[in-house]
Amino acid sequence: MKFDAPSGPNPIDRMKVVGRTTSRIDGPVKTTGAAPYAYERHDVVANQAYGYMLGSAIAKGRIKRIDTADAERAPGVLKIVTAANAGPFATSRHNTARLLAGPEIQHYDQAIALIVAETFEQARAAATLIRVDYARVQGRYDLAAQKDTAPLVGGSSGEGSAAAALRTGDFEAAFAAAPVKLDATYSTPDQSHQMMEPHASIAAWSGDELTVWTSTQMVAWAVQDLSHTFLIPQEKIRVLSPYVGGGFGAKLRIRADVVLAALGARAVGRPVKVAITRPQTMNNTVHRAATIQRIRLGCDREGRIGAIAHESLSGNLEGGRPVTATAQTRLLYAGLNRLTSMRQAVLDLPEGNSMRAPGAAPGMMALEIAMDEMAEKLGLDPVEFRIRNDTQVDPEKPDKRFSERQLVRCLRDGAAKFGWSRRPMRPAQRRDGSWWVGLGVSSAFHNSPAMKSAARVRLEPSGRILVETDMTDIGTGSYTIIAQTAAEMMGVPLDMVEVRLGDSHFPAAAGSGGQFGASNSTSGVYAACVKLREAVARQLNMEPDRAVFESGHVVADRRRVSLADVARGGALTGEDAIEYGDMSRSVHLSTFGAHFVEAAVHAYTGEVRVRRMLAVCAAGRILNPISARSQMIGAMTMGVGAALMEEMVVDKRFGFFVNHDLASYEVPVHADIQEQEVLFLDEADEMANPMKAKGLGELAITGVAAAVANAIYNACGVRVRDYPLTLDKLLDRLPRIA
Amino acid sequence: MKAFTYERAKSPSEAAAAVAGTPGAKFLAGGTNLLDLMKLQIEIPTHLVDLQDLGLDRIEKTPEGGMRVGALVTNTALASDPRVRRDYAVLARAIVSGASGQLRNRATTAGNLLQRTRCPYFYDPNQPCNKRQPGSGCAAIGGFSRQLGVIGTSDACIATYPGDMAVALRVLDATIETVDPQGATRAIPIADFHRLWGDTPHIETELKPGELITSVTLPRPLGGRHIYQKVRDRASYAFALISVAAVLQRGGTGRVAVGGVAPKPWRVPAADAAIPQGSGTVAARLMAGARPTEDNAFKVPLVERTLAAVMTKASAA
Repeated sequence: MKFDAPSGPNPIDRMKVVGRTTSRIDGPVKTTGAAPYAYERHDVVANQAYGYMLGSAIAKGRIKRIDTADAERAPGVLKIVTAANAGPFATSRHNTARLLAGPEIQHYDQAIALIVAETFEQARAAATLIRVDYARVQGRYDLAAQKDTAPLVGGSSGEGSAAAALRTGDFEAAFAAAPVKLDATYSTPDQSHQMMEPHASIAAWSGDELTVWTSTQMVAWAVQDLSHTFLIPQEKIRVLSPYVGGGFGAKLRIRADVVLAALGARAVGRPVKVAITRPQTMNNTVHRAATIQRIRLGCDREGRIGAIAHESLSGNLEGGRPVTATAQTRLLYAGLNRLTSMRQAVLDLPEGNSMRAPGAAPGMMALEIAMDEMAEKLGLDPVEFRIRNDTQVDPEKPDKRFSERQLVRCLRDGAAKFGWSRRPMRPAQRRDGSWWVGLGVSSAFHNSPAMKSAARVRLEPSGRILVETDMTDIGTGSYTIIAQTAAEMMGVPLDMVEVRLGDSHFPAAAGSGGQFGASNSTSGVYAACVKLREAVARQLNMEPDRAVFESGHVVADRRRVSLADVARGGALTGEDAIEYGDMSRSVHLSTFGAHFVEAAVHAYTGEVRVRRMLAVCAAGRILNPISARSQMIGAMTMGVGAALMEEMVVDKRFGFFVNHDLASYEVPVHADIQEQEVLFLDEADEMANPMKAKGLGELAITGVAAAVANAIYNACGVRVRDYPLTLDKLLDRLPRIA
Repeated sequence: MKAFTYERAKSPSEAAAAVAGTPGAKFLAGGTNLLDLMKLQIEIPTHLVDLQDLGLDRIEKTPEGGMRVGALVTNTALASDPRVRRDYAVLARAIVSGASGQLRNRATTAGNLLQRTRCPYFYDPNQPCNKRQPGSGCAAIGGFSRQLGVIGTSDACIATYPGDMAVALRVLDATIETVDPQGATRAIPIADFHRLWGDTPHIETELKPGELITSVTLPRPLGGRHIYQKVRDRASYAFALISVAAVLQRGGTGRVAVGGVAPKPWRVPAADAAIPQGSGTVAARLMAGARPTEDNAFKVPLVERTLAAVMTKASAA
């Protein structure tokens, strides 16, 4: 189905199932432990051996000699696989760092060997017997040290990507002439995804055919990447990933677990399973790279932005991609004179890659503090300042509009709901016992990409509907919204729908990432259901456009036939994909929101505790309010982590992330999160897709950390521009203890 | 994890003899720290002597009017004991400020005293660490040291003792009772129990090989206001940046100990004596001679500010 005109009325508008609060249909199997995750697929193939990954002890250099003799003789060991004996394999073009290295080492904890043994414990114990002589080379580990020398780059992914600096109008002249100016530099640290389920895979070969049970966000991409890696056609690869314990971008592309499992399985002639251990996830896999961002704002005295510049620096391995931190700035606020640019330093740290709202999240962490600082200089309320600079068109291309843009309403409704009017304009005014208390706000903004997505829907002789698509459910609720979509389209109750996901033998869906999953995958199911409805109508000689599907029946021209009767003679199938035409590129399909935060800062110790949070969002039709809310509050929690604690600290001498476990890389716990509220504005985006829905998984985190930082400033008067805002950065500037 | 052998001891002295007689043997109590370190192959015992059948899980009065806490009393049991909550509230508060409910259900009184440092370089076997591998050097010095020690450290090691419970035990002047492989018992004041690192950071306590903690005794209740204030980066389930255990009397006297700054719970008699003079003097005496790094210099003023919060809270009561 080609979607190239506003959708108009369609069966989803009935909203009998779609849009209703619906508990996850996969909830029972997950909460009872019956949903198998990749490492637990003990039953899928017999005789599984265990692989344990050995990572490099140095960040840069070469392996001079690797002695595996003792390890090979250790109890239970079947094989030690290294780059030297692994047989032919390549690096997928979507991986910058090699997934099995040697002799050259590109980063710390890069895999250099896989120990395959009868048990996990045997493999892990044998790893300590491998002796490696390294020739260590001094690498580049300090982003700030390359601030002045890193070259300009364009991004190769995501909106906002471009070569060199982007200019609209004359930023320098307008900034120089502006009566009120801000010029500030912000930094965001390296962050780790730390989803619940670390990367894990089981691989089995049958001749030259490879089957992997893995944990991936993108089944079709995994097939492509494995095809590149093992130099075999995609048809010979099957990827299964029906349950995924989170990913946050870390599982968009294949990682060492699946490649090592396949290499190990090839070497020992048995299925091999490999999990990346929790401490290994931080240096072995990918992360959100640190940024240093300079923002300049020039305003007139009424608070209208006339000049806006956002320049970002990030680092990555040679050939890696930059953090597109300036992308949101290009579209969020008005202003005639604009400058955005990205620089990228080459760093010999682990690979930087996508993490929830890549680019947008760290970019908004900086931009939305800058907006708060400018509002203060202007003497304006920060909500009002944002509203004053709203734009209904693309500021760089004024001909291009947003399909929907309700940022102002998000800000206004949120302010009213949150009690924003009680916020003191000056900081450090409100004290509650030993705590300073303040309020902060930020905008939220992210585009919602239109991506091709396919599905197959079958009407079974029982009258049940079976949906098959390689879409993944990474904890977001895909199973449920897909079932809701099929139930709505086919006019059956939810429990008459079965959804099968995460198998590369199913039609290829958009996958989970970039807040493109929900809207596109359900639109693909919509398209397949349209096909199935046509097949049903044809079978009954009904006019498809006049057939109404309701209560398990198809009704037209005073005929009413149960779906079970239609399929009695054999199942009927509809298969199709949603595809997008020029219309989707002619407008910005965007989502907007506003975050409000109440934070308390301990007057003595500088500890920060977030007390209340509110998000108001406009993100198209909300397919399932309960799972949408869960995604929102999860991202708000992640934003609190980004604001207050999350930082992978670089040891600049040795080039690795030092705090590589969950005791030292802290993320928020329940006690950190008090009250969270989420409001969705009514919006059905006719330009987006037939579901009239957009994404919100990325939107949800944009701006959160800045709202926390702004609340801290309002509470205690200390402005911190370097994340995370730990108490040591507040302590010496807190108000005197009365 | 290396393969290891395992036995369940029947009596404290038998357990002590079993560990003393087997090279590389270790006691296993709650296992909340030891098993994690074994999985990371930082602890590589050859033999585990499980203590769970020894009893040692009772809390009873001593003839002196204090309490004797069995070595295997869990953190949960100790913190929820009504007598502890009434008479030694600082101890109950310190315990519940640490770890999680699940861990406290497993963790034991003796095991908690022996928990090892959380220095990130200790946790990475690729890095030199004098504590993990004596003589290999210390990667933490000159590295990321925000969480590490500011006082009582050495040129060989700047790690801290990370726990909470022991800080309260220090302020209460608890005594650690042990039995050795020959069956001889002794009592070690908590002030002397944990060692400063010096040149031998791998030797963390005064315990001799095979010597087993059987109980911890608390002196008669001190009365006063009991406060445990733990400062951390998140609201729960985090190791202390610093912590203050205090028992403060109505007359303005009292005692304080600080956690998260040193190889042991840090208490200075001269600082206790200065309590009537206010938090500034107390902190100055506690932290005299501190050698912080750039990363953790904030801990020195943080100790003073937290002491001020604690003393303000006590006087407000």
